[in-house]
Amino acid sequence: MGLLSDPNRRRALTNLLTRLNAPICVVCYLAGVMWFMGLAFEPFTLRTYMSENAMGSTMVEEHFPAGERALATGREFAAHKKKVGGMPVNWLVKTMESRGLEVFTQSFTRKLPFPDENKERYLVRGTNVYGILRAPRASRTEALVLTAPCSQGNANNQAVGLLLGLAQYFRSQVYWAKDIIFLVNEHDLIGMQAWLEGYHHTNTTGGDWSPLHGRGGSIQASLSLELSSDVITSLDLVLEGLNGQLPNLDLANLFHAFCQKIGVLCTIQGKLQRNDWESTSGYSHSAQTMMLMVLKQASGRPWGDHGLFLRYHIEAATIRGINSFRQYKTDTTTIGRLLEGMYRKLNNLLERLHQSYFFYLMPSLTRFVSIGYYMPAFGLLAVILLLRALDLWVQLGASAPGTEDGLAEREQDPRFLPLLNKLVISHMTGVALYCLPVMSQEMAVQHFPVSETEAVVLTAIAIYTAGLALPHNTHRLLQGEGTEHGWRVLKLVALLYLAVLLGCTALINFSLGFILALSLVPIAAFITPPLSAAIMVLLSPGCTLLYCVLIFQELQETPVSLQDGWMLFLSVISQGILDHSLYGSLVYPLLALLIYPCWLLLWNILFWK
Amino acid sequence: KFSHLKSYFESTDSPEHFLQNTKYNAGDADVFLSTKMAAPLTLLFIVAITIRAVLFRSSLADLITERVEVVSPLNAWKRVVEGLALLDLGVSPYAGDVFHETPLMIYFFHFVIDYAEIVFMVSAVCIVFLLQFRKQKYALEGDRYPLDCLELIRTPREMLYIPLKVAMFYLLNPFTILSCVAKSTCGLNNAVIALFILSTIKGSALMSAIFLALATYQSIYPLTLFAPALLYLLQRLYIPVNWRRPSFWLFTTQYVFMYLGSLAVMVCLSFFLLNSWDFLTSVYGFILSVPDLTPNIGLFWYFFAEMFEHFRLFFICVFQINVFFYTIPLSIKLKEHPVFLIFMQIAIISIFKSYPTVGDIALYMAFLPAWNHLYRFLRNIFLVSVVLLACSALFPVLWHLWIYAGSANSNFYYAITLLFNVAQILLVSDYFYAYLRREHHLTHGLYLKRKDGSEATLVLK
Repeated sequence: MGLLSDPNRRRALTNLLTRLNAPICVVCYLAGVMWFMGLAFEPFTLRTYMSENAMGSTMVEEHFPAGERALATGREFAAHKKKVGGMPVNWLVKTMESRGLEVFTQSFTRKLPFPDENKERYLVRGTNVYGILRAPRASRTEALVLTAPCSQGNANNQAVGLLLGLAQYFRSQVYWAKDIIFLVNEHDLIGMQAWLEGYHHTNTTGGDWSPLHGRGGSIQASLSLELSSDVITSLDLVLEGLNGQLPNLDLANLFHAFCQKIGVLCTIQGKLQRNDWESTSGYSHSAQTMMLMVLKQASGRPWGDHGLFLRYHIEAATIRGINSFRQYKTDTTTIGRLLEGMYRKLNNLLERLHQSYFFYLMPSLTRFVSIGYYMPAFGLLAVILLLRALDLWVQLGASAPGTEDGLAEREQDPRFLPLLNKLVISHMTGVALYCLPVMSQEMAVQHFPVSETEAVVLTAIAIYTAGLALPHNTHRLLQGEGTEHGWRVLKLVALLYLAVLLGCTALINFSLGFILALSLVPIAAFITPPLSAAIMVLLSPGCTLLYCVLIFQELQETPVSLQDGWMLFLSVISQGILDHSLYGSLVYPLLALLIYPCWLLLWNILFWK
Repeated sequence: KFSHLKSYFESTDSPEHFLQNTKYNAGDADVFLSTKMAAPLTLLFIVAITIRAVLFRSSLADLITERVEVVSPLNAWKRVVEGLALLDLGVSPYAGDVFHETPLMIYFFHFVIDYAEIVFMVSAVCIVFLLQFRKQKYALEGDRYPLDCLELIRTPREMLYIPLKVAMFYLLNPFTILSCVAKSTCGLNNAVIALFILSTIKGSALMSAIFLALATYQSIYPLTLFAPALLYLLQRLYIPVNWRRPSFWLFTTQYVFMYLGSLAVMVCLSFFLLNSWDFLTSVYGFILSVPDLTPNIGLFWYFFAEMFEHFRLFFICVFQINVFFYTIPLSIKLKEHPVFLIFMQIAIISIFKSYPTVGDIALYMAFLPAWNHLYRFLRNIFLVSVVLLACSALFPVLWHLWIYAGSANSNFYYAITLLFNVAQILLVSDYFYAYLRREHHLTHGLYLKRKDGSEATLVLK
């Protein structure tokens, strides 16, 4: 408390912080970036380990024999799917019933706000079919879920076949203590959303679906299976869910443990584990893996059908079979055994998975970085904002550092009231960016030769760009504040606002917060009226999104030209808006309603006269 | 360090002089209020009421009503409705463990249930009116200080903006708005305390005692306001605080009797309304023994959720004594400044009480503009406001991560609670320091010299 009450020490500290402010900020920024890059370096990371007792010591034996039969069922399913031209509901119901499950269906309709050009859908109708295997051993208060999507074309037929095969096999086992729900969902996430909302009696996004007639207990864990070939070379684990939420790390550990036991190649972000961390290529491999995870998490969208389960506090992951040109192949029986093993372990759970971490980044499947290690990287960036704010506060003469504190009459208090105009105008622009694109699509389509989707995206970009012209127009309206003092106060407010905003974002979704901080902190910290406008625009949230798209493609080893990158950027915007209205993803409203107005405040400083 | 504070009674040459000053200020204020201030005040009321009315009608209202930061088990509207339903069915409202309002409160709501929203809005506006008049009387002690202190003394002009600032601070404070929209009965308790302050400052001992009793009856803790009220009334009557003076004892006894008498009347009335003593355990037992550990912005819940059962009684005593204990040293230190003492006590209550909500914080924050002459002596105001701001934003985020996403846990939320309370304590102690510092300068001059003639600095250790 000495620091807080002793004026001499306070003055010394304040002097130090004001004099060395700029160098400290630069050092913090570099340290933050280096800390983040260091996270992928293997000696700095922790090895994953199974924390959950119920899944650790009790090894189970897997006997699933019927891989071939599952493939045959898959082919039969494919034939019926082709015949019906969609989900073969009757066949699925009959097949599931013949395997001894309680079978129910749920139909749903969903009209998208505008056509989705990536998946070519607008008015979506579909049916989910699910069968419940009642637990013979316990009171049926808990459940596990296995899902496989019924996709268009020839994809995922094997997954449905394996699901039915496993259902038949599980039915004959006696050790199940939790209900097991086998779900085949149509129209991937839309069907999943309908089913989950039906199961939990909620309706968050205003969809239209029939209620569920059969339920199991409360769902403890869920796996989504995606399998499109008879044999695979490796299994990929997808963890990133809605709003960047991740399942408990023990689920990933469980998957990895069984892959090791059964001898299946396993990957994360499509990248294999490497053991040469000392070499440069080894490090860059794990850095790439981690960056991919960060970018995926920051996008806030579900990267597999499991993504929506996480919202209901259900640990879930997607397991995706990959068939590449490697020699070594794994057959369906082995995958079936792997899943059997995982479900038997999950069946042993006495409580929800909670022992291990929920906040982590994975540079490889055996290594992880927990929140305590990665948060300092963000903290180092965020502290810059606070340091600059402190510096401004001192400059505004609020704490009169030169003389004894309190003796010199303080200058006029920072006047916050005139800033209200700017705050309100910036936020109104944000509201326009949030509402107008979807609302005005019809009008845009009538007047311009574009499709609805293009109309939405282009309106969004137009409003975003129009916001840049605001300072010129509003200056004429709001006279009498073009002083040195004025922009300092505005900057102080903007800095604190941004700090709180980024802090909250980083807690919910570290990756998003970190990426935004990476681009916004430098301009927020060093902006003064004569700073070049080009830098400001290049580091604006919109451009950050474009860079992220390009970097993501680069990391996935499918680099694109700038032209294709731009098209991809447009489709990413439309996907973001769709994710928000379909599943309640928060990234689009966050950017439009909060981050963009905050950036506009900073933009205002640039044109301060 | 601040032992040289001049006693008010020694320094004032003639009481009449002080009185004249007061009258001048108050009269001036009234004129000013009626002419220049009416327009902005009306505008402020319209804005404040519009915001509340809009929020009452929006879908946010349901969300706010559920927030643990805004409502506590003591003052949640849902519980009032439950209690009323039980009362209508002819069951004791205290049957079950849901309802914890006092009997007078439930009968009050029995009559106004249909106009609940209006009641809450009106109470918010009333509080502002009550807090208004308080400030006008808080007059200056003219020209008895060293010359270089003139800049420390508030001019009447500065004083006149205080009512408007107080109104703004209370009505537009997001904490108050949230509390009002959630229909937390905390707003009514605040109104009672504001009534008490008004009647004390107007010098009406009887009304002051009655409202203090009512506030105590509502939530025990305002008991600690007894000391500042007594000190203020004594000061107004020019009775020195002196153990050997019979006049001191006479007035103190009077005031105690008025207070205890009205408290007894209220308690007995409650008994006759419901015909049982259930409410004693259900209201006061509930406040003091803290059986409901729903998370809130206070310090109790986490601590008592973690504790072994056999330590519970001891630590409950320790925690509860915290609220009452500071009354003694503060009353001794601030015995010439009872109004500031009231502020300190209200702040301490809202920090250390067992079920605090943001509505309680809003009440003492409304006092802050009244101390704007202390602004130059505040040392940590930047730090404190940033922390308070950040914490207010982090509460809902961490709650979401803990309860809905399931990825964080209670430690995250409690960490923010702790930080929030530390910031509040810093804020209050900073104001306390600034107040003492100003008094010191008023006595000793603004520019302190050491004995050898060099410049001296004041250090609080």
